[in-house]
Amino acid sequence: MALLQPARLLLAAAAPRRLCLAPGAARASSWWSHVEMGPPDPILGVTEAFKRDTNAKKMNLGVGAYRDDNGKPYVLNSVRKAEAQIAAKMMDKEYLPIAGLAEFNKASAELALGDTNEVIKNGRYVTVQTISGTGSLRVGASFLQRFFKYSRDVYLPKPSWGNHTPIFRDAGMQLHAYRYYDPKTCGFDFTGALDDISKIPEQSVILFHACAHNPTGVDPRPEQWKELAAVVKKRNLFAFFDMAYQGFASGDINRDSWAVRHFIEQGINVVLSQSYAKNMGLYGERVGAFSVICKDVDEAKRVESQLKILIRPMYSNPPINGARIASTILTSPDLRKEWLEEVKGMANRIIDMRNQLVANLKKEGSSHNWQHITDQIGMFCYTGLKPEQVEQLTKEFSIYMTKDGRISVAGVTSGNVGYLAHAVHQVSK
Amino acid sequence: MAAGSVFAHVPRAPPVVVFRLTADFREDADPRKVNLGLGAYRTDEGQPWVLPVVKKVEQKIANDASLSHEYLPILGLPEFRANASRIALGEDSRAIKENRVGGVQCLGGTGALCIGAEFLRRWYNGTNNTATPVYVSSPSWENHNSVFANAGFKDIRTYRYWDAAKRGLDLEGLLEDMESAPEFSIFVLHACAHNPTGTDPTLEQWKQIAAVMKRRFLFPFFDSAYQGFASGCLDRDAWAVRYFVSEGFELFCAQSFSKNFGLYNERVGNLNVVGKDADNMQRVLSQMEKIVRAIWSNPPSQGAHIVATTLACPQLLTEWKDNVKTMADRVSLMRSELRARLQALGTPGTWNHITEQIGMFSFTGLNPKQVEYMIKEKHIYLMANGRINMCGLTTKNLDYVASSIHEAVTKFQ
Repeated sequence: MALLQPARLLLAAAAPRRLCLAPGAARASSWWSHVEMGPPDPILGVTEAFKRDTNAKKMNLGVGAYRDDNGKPYVLNSVRKAEAQIAAKMMDKEYLPIAGLAEFNKASAELALGDTNEVIKNGRYVTVQTISGTGSLRVGASFLQRFFKYSRDVYLPKPSWGNHTPIFRDAGMQLHAYRYYDPKTCGFDFTGALDDISKIPEQSVILFHACAHNPTGVDPRPEQWKELAAVVKKRNLFAFFDMAYQGFASGDINRDSWAVRHFIEQGINVVLSQSYAKNMGLYGERVGAFSVICKDVDEAKRVESQLKILIRPMYSNPPINGARIASTILTSPDLRKEWLEEVKGMANRIIDMRNQLVANLKKEGSSHNWQHITDQIGMFCYTGLKPEQVEQLTKEFSIYMTKDGRISVAGVTSGNVGYLAHAVHQVSK
Repeated sequence: MAAGSVFAHVPRAPPVVVFRLTADFREDADPRKVNLGLGAYRTDEGQPWVLPVVKKVEQKIANDASLSHEYLPILGLPEFRANASRIALGEDSRAIKENRVGGVQCLGGTGALCIGAEFLRRWYNGTNNTATPVYVSSPSWENHNSVFANAGFKDIRTYRYWDAAKRGLDLEGLLEDMESAPEFSIFVLHACAHNPTGTDPTLEQWKQIAAVMKRRFLFPFFDSAYQGFASGCLDRDAWAVRYFVSEGFELFCAQSFSKNFGLYNERVGNLNVVGKDADNMQRVLSQMEKIVRAIWSNPPSQGAHIVATTLACPQLLTEWKDNVKTMADRVSLMRSELRARLQALGTPGTWNHITEQIGMFSFTGLNPKQVEYMIKEKHIYLMANGRINMCGLTTKNLDYVASSIHEAVTKFQ
C-alpha cells in the first residue's frame, strides 16, 4: 500500500535516508520494513531466563523490586489502610491539574527537604507530580533542554542507572561521565570523582544519586558529600539529584536526604527527582515528583507555568491513584508513623540479608574480603564478581543476576542466603 | 549559583485556556453560573459520574488479594492492550486475527498521541525525518499541535475542516488539501465526535477521504477519544477506523478511555498500531518499548485493570455498554431540548446543527462578542470559539442557557 519509489520523495532539504522499494513490492510493502529490532533489555532478559529455569533452588537477583522474607511482593499496611480510607470517600475521577495533586506535591517537597526547610517556608520552589522517577527525570531533562541555556552537557556517575542515558538523550541532552565506582575496592572512588568533577566545564549539569546508588550501592559519606558540594559550587555546576530510595537506604528518611538538604543549605539551587515506587511499594501506580529549587516565589511560578507547558503534550495530567495513596499516608500522622516503621522494616531486612550473606561466606571458608557487601547500601549490591563467574552462578546454581555482578539484595531471603553464599564461594574460591 | 539565577529568563507561560475557563467558573459567585467549557461528562444534577460498572469493578479489584502494585510491563497490561484493540477494531477484526495489530498502553489519549508521534518522527518516512508534514484539522483540539511539535516535527499544517458559513464539514476543502499535501504526509483524523466542532464526515465522505489518502500515500493517525460516546454505539463510532483498516492502510489509532469509561484521572489509553504483518509489528513494538522506557518506563496500573476486567467479562462488558449509552442518550436529549428552545424563542439563525452535530461538543457558531456576553453578563462559560460542552446542560439550566444564547445573538451580530 505504501509504495515508496525513489523518484517521488521526501520534501525536505535535509537528507534523511530514502526508502527505495521495488514497485512490484507494492502490496507487501510496509512503512515499517526498515525498523530495526530494538536490542533486548538486559534486565528483562534475566527475568525471562529465570522464569524458564526449572531448578527448585533458583534465585532471581535481577529484580529491582522489594520482596519479603518469603520472596513475595510486599504491599505495605499503611498503603492498604490509605486505600481503604480513599475508597470510603467515594471520590470522583475528574482530571487532576497538569501539575498533579497539590497536597501530594507539597507533602513530597516537605518529605525531601524537611518541613522546616527555609525553601519550603519561603515558597521558593515548585514541585510537580510526575510518572514516578522516570517521568520526573524526563520532565526535568526536557525542562533543562528548553530553559537551561548554559549547557547541553549532563554528567552521570560511572556507572549509573541504565535508563538515565536514554532519558537525557531522548530529551536532547549530551551525556558524559565522572568517575564514581572503584572496582578495586568495590567502593567510592572519591579522589577520582573529585578530580573529574573539578574538570567539568562550568555550568554543566551534574547528576547525583541522593542515596542508595543504583547499581553499585556505594554512597559517599557525609564528609565526602561536603567536599562534592564545595566543588560543585566552585565550578558553578547545575546539580540534578535523583532520589529513588529515600527511607529505603538507611531506614531513616532524614538521613537519606541529607545530601540534598546539604547542597541546598550551601546555596546550591538543585533540581530533584523523587520516586515512591520502592519506599511505598507503589511501583505500578507510578508515583513521583519533580522539584525545582528557585531563587524566589516569582521564579517558582514562572518555572511551574513552563513545566505545565512541557507536561501537557506528553500525557496532559498525571494518574491520581498512587498520588492519593502517598498523599494520604504523608499527611495522616498515624499512617505516616506506620509507613516510616514499614520503610525501616524493609531497609532493615535488606541490611540483615547483607550481614547474613557476609557471615555465610565466612562460614563457607571464603578468604576474600566481602566487606563491601555490608558497606554498600540500598537494594543493590555490586558484588565484584566477574562476568564469567556470573555465568557460572547462573549455569550451575540457577542464580540469576546481571552480567556486571549486580545483585538485588531484595531477592535474598533467610531461606536462600546460605545457598547463595555457597554458590558465590564456589565460583570465587 | 552566582547572584543571578539560571532561570531568570524563564517567562511566565500563559495558562491552558480551557483550564483557565474552569478556574474562572469556580471563582464566580453567581448562582446562575453554568460551565459549558471543560470536556467531561456531567449528570443531570451537574455532577461528575463514576460509572456504576466502574464502581463494581473497583470493588472487585480491591478485594482481589492476588493483585499488588507491581510494575506492569513496559507496553502495559497485556489483557488491557488486547481487549482495548478488540474494542477499537472489532471482535471479528481480521487484522487482529492476522497478528498485525499491536497495542501500547499509554497515559490517556494524550499519552497515546505522544508515543505515536515520537515513533513516527523516529521511524516514519525515513529515519528521524522531522520534515514530514503533519496535518491537523482546522479547528482541532489545541493539544494536537503541541504533541507533534514536541515530538520534533517542524512542519505542522492545517487541513480545512469546518465551514463556518454553512456550519458543517468543508469536504471540498478537506479533499483539496489532501490532494495537494505532499505524499507521505501524516493526517490526524478524529475517529468520531470531532472536537471541537462535533461534525463528522458521513460514511460516504469517509470513503472519499480514504480513497484520496490511499492514492496520495498519506498516513492516517486516528484520535479516538469518544468511542461509544458519540452515537451511543461502540461499533458505529468505530466505523471509520475499521473501514481504513479493511482498506489495507497501516495506521495508528490513539484510543482514550477517559470519557467512555469516565476514568479521566486514571489516565487510561491505548495506542493501536495496525501494520502489514506480524513481523513488522514485533519490530515496531520493540522500538515503542525504547520510547516508552525513556518517558514513563511503564504505565499506571489501576485504570488498566479496571478496563481489562470489564472488557474481559461478558456481563460487565454489557453493563459498560449500557452505561455508555446512558451518557450518550443524555447528551442527545440535551441537544434536542436546546434546539427546541432556541427555535421556540425564534432565536435568529438556524439551529439544526445543534442536533446534527455529535458527541460531547457543539460548535454553536457564537462569535467572540456573543461569547464574551455569555461569560461576563450571563455567567455561562464557554470557549471563545463558541464550543460548548453539552454535558454542562441540565434540565434545570436549559431554559437559562437558551434564553441567554437568544439574548447574545439578538444583542450582538
